[in-house]
Amino acid sequence: SAVLNVDLQTDAMLQVDISDALSERDKVKFTVHTKSTLPNFKQNEFSVVRQHEEFIWLHDSFVENEEYAGYIIPPAPPRPDFDASREKLQKLGEGEGSMTKEEFTKMKQELEAEYLAIFKKTVAMHEVFLCRVAAHPVLRKDLNFHVFLEYNQDLSVRGKNKKEKLEDFFKNVVKSADGVLVAGVKDVDDFFEHEKTFLLEYHNRVKDASAKSDRMIRSHKNAADDINRIASSLYTLGTQDSTDLCKFFLKVSELFEKTRKIEARIAADEDLKLADLLKYYLRESQAAKDLLYRRSRALVDYENANKALDKARAKNRDVLQAETSQQLCCHKFEKISESAKQELIDFKTRRVAAFRKNLVELAELELKHAKGNLQLLQGCLGILKGNT
Amino acid sequence: MADADSDDGEDIFVSNSNPVSVSRGVSQPDRVTEEPSDLFSEEEEAASSTAAKANGVHSDDDNDLFADANVELSTDKSGSSARKEPSGPRHASSFTPSPAAMQPTSLEQLEEEEAKDSFDVDVAVTNPEKVGDGMNAYVAYKVSTRTSLPMFRSKVFSVRRRFSDFLGLYEKLSVKQSLHGCIIPPPPEKSVVGMTKVKVGMDDPSSVEFVERRRAALERYLQRVVSHPSLLQDPDVREFLEREDLPRAVNTQALSGAGFLKMINKASDAVNKMTIKMNESDTWFEDKFQEVENEEQQLRKLHVVVDSLVNHRKELCGNTAVFAKSLAMLGNSEDNTALSRALSQLAEVEDKMEQLHQEQAASDFFIFAELLGDYIRLLGAVRGCFDQRMRAWQRWQEAQSTLQKKREAEAKLLWANKPDKLQQAKEEITEWEARVTQYERDFDRIGMTVRKEVLRFEKEKAKDFKSQIIKYLEAMLQSQQRLIKFWEAFLPEAKAIA
Repeated sequence: SAVLNVDLQTDAMLQVDISDALSERDKVKFTVHTKSTLPNFKQNEFSVVRQHEEFIWLHDSFVENEEYAGYIIPPAPPRPDFDASREKLQKLGEGEGSMTKEEFTKMKQELEAEYLAIFKKTVAMHEVFLCRVAAHPVLRKDLNFHVFLEYNQDLSVRGKNKKEKLEDFFKNVVKSADGVLVAGVKDVDDFFEHEKTFLLEYHNRVKDASAKSDRMIRSHKNAADDINRIASSLYTLGTQDSTDLCKFFLKVSELFEKTRKIEARIAADEDLKLADLLKYYLRESQAAKDLLYRRSRALVDYENANKALDKARAKNRDVLQAETSQQLCCHKFEKISESAKQELIDFKTRRVAAFRKNLVELAELELKHAKGNLQLLQGCLGILKGNT
Repeated sequence: MADADSDDGEDIFVSNSNPVSVSRGVSQPDRVTEEPSDLFSEEEEAASSTAAKANGVHSDDDNDLFADANVELSTDKSGSSARKEPSGPRHASSFTPSPAAMQPTSLEQLEEEEAKDSFDVDVAVTNPEKVGDGMNAYVAYKVSTRTSLPMFRSKVFSVRRRFSDFLGLYEKLSVKQSLHGCIIPPPPEKSVVGMTKVKVGMDDPSSVEFVERRRAALERYLQRVVSHPSLLQDPDVREFLEREDLPRAVNTQALSGAGFLKMINKASDAVNKMTIKMNESDTWFEDKFQEVENEEQQLRKLHVVVDSLVNHRKELCGNTAVFAKSLAMLGNSEDNTALSRALSQLAEVEDKMEQLHQEQAASDFFIFAELLGDYIRLLGAVRGCFDQRMRAWQRWQEAQSTLQKKREAEAKLLWANKPDKLQQAKEEITEWEARVTQYERDFDRIGMTVRKEVLRFEKEKAKDFKSQIIKYLEAMLQSQQRLIKFWEAFLPEAKAIA
């Protein structure tokens, strides 16, 4: 998988991947392929076709499940977005008359490459989500997850109805109001206090870095596009005649063709290894924050239950009820705290490992491309200077 | 899936580096404060032909191109030092008035002459200084000359000139009859916006860039002027280089960049409106003119894209700097020590990349974009001299037509038997016959000049483009080398994350 390549302990074998994907006009169809020795599946290996909304349904079902309150819920994959690419393709089609056949073919090839890159990325992100779930000791056993993997009919979860959408809206509003609560209350437990401070700051900085890396990479792509057009222009100049200068132009055009391919690859690799990494940890750190929030809620509920019990004892009314309620809250809070601690430790481990892998790969790729560029330039200059 | 590799660029170029002489000193942005000894480029060719030509007498009249009987000719275009005196009589007999009769031998001689263009004059424009205050302030540049030509009063000297002085020089040269047909290098463009900013203050980055751009452009302009054999002989050029106090040029209002283009295009329009169409028996001029127009168009397109590249690189520069800071902040808040360190290192790498992008953008602009800008203007000047030839032709045709009318008038007078009027008519006929001859000779002369100039121009252009683009590529190469160093230093830091 793209960002997450850490071996987590697994009891029985459960391997999930996206073996195929099809991009249609307004949707992407992912083929989810499962290999498992778990007894509850009918077969050991099977595939189903899923769309983005079904992934979201699965994710939301985890979030809404009280049993999973103490876990970091793997972040949902972002919606496949080909709008920008499609728009560019359309503009290209409209402008076909105003450019030469070579220019048109070239630009079309590039847009197709861009489309393909976006496509690959969205597949990777959906796959990462499934792998994270499959690797989680508790979530992998989830019934909805198994249905998602095995049920070969449409899950019919597309398009939440209006009521559900409104509920979602209010849920988010309450969450952010409580966000203030979380930030305000100092935790007795040092570990969680530290994690809260850390995550609040980390999340904001990852968000900032993610946005800025996107902008930087976009500029890089733009520059590579310009080099492409320069190569074409030099080619035209070079084909006007067969003088020495024209031959010179042709060689330089050839060089620029090659270097701009490398520049485009650099931008693409930076996108994958750096930008996507930051985006992913933006989402994961948000999921970790959500966990802390749920724990805080549980703590508040527990404290309120304590107060209610005291009141009940004082009035000597509904004491048993208050005791039961308090015990439930206590149990819930302790359960969340225990699993949350482990989750947050695992999160750190995963994060460090993912950053290491991606930064190493980024550096190696940057070196590879720079050396490639260098070689091209040296070769070309050797020839150009030899002829002058 | 994310481990997809890039395609390996095929290494089809065999590395075969041969160091070559650098360009004729088109400067880099940081040359402003250099000593005189560094001002000049290393373009020294075997022998100087102008030493022979320059006997201090400037012949304003280039009527007979082959009057330069003592110019060094060489059959070897790569510049051997063999001296071959062309025989005078041969020239005289091969000099034919009409372009149609232009012999291949004459053309060969023109080409050979071009091959030996070597001039022992170097000029540099440096030390921009703001003079005065407020809206009347201007920038003065130091114009330094180094030469061994006896026609100058000393070997090394310098003067101070302002921008309008350069425009004034162009203005004077472009109206000289004797220089008609010559490709007179156009000066850099006026810029009200740029100059206003400079008048306010010369210290902010955009003003610094503007002044440097202008300084470099003025230097290239002068270098082109002095490397032109006919222009170097011109007393106005000499005065510009030598005279301490130059009278201020006043007619430079029209010479904004747009104004210059308008001038050229107006000439073209006039030519197009000519009623008597020229019958070119020699298609060289038509073909060449078409070539020039095509090339100008292509260069304009290329210039637009290079400008776009400059802007995107500047954008990349800014965005990289911003990202580097953001990454540093992220590193600070990361609580795993090794990862925190690595992120800070990465932030430093990105900072260094910003520096590289900055330099690359400067290279894109000062080497590549300015080269294109110069040649777009120069091609305009080439078109201009073709138009001058057409106007000369038109003048000749009109004179012939007038002569014809005068002859018809004389015939009528003969019939009418008016002796005194007849005398006058005969005088007029003689006058116009002389004019016709003169204009025809002018036309032929301009034709020859244009051919010679175009050949020379094409050689210069090829040399210029090659040297500048090689310089550009070398800057790119250095960038890549530094890039490799940065990432090689970072890699162990990334691997150390645990």
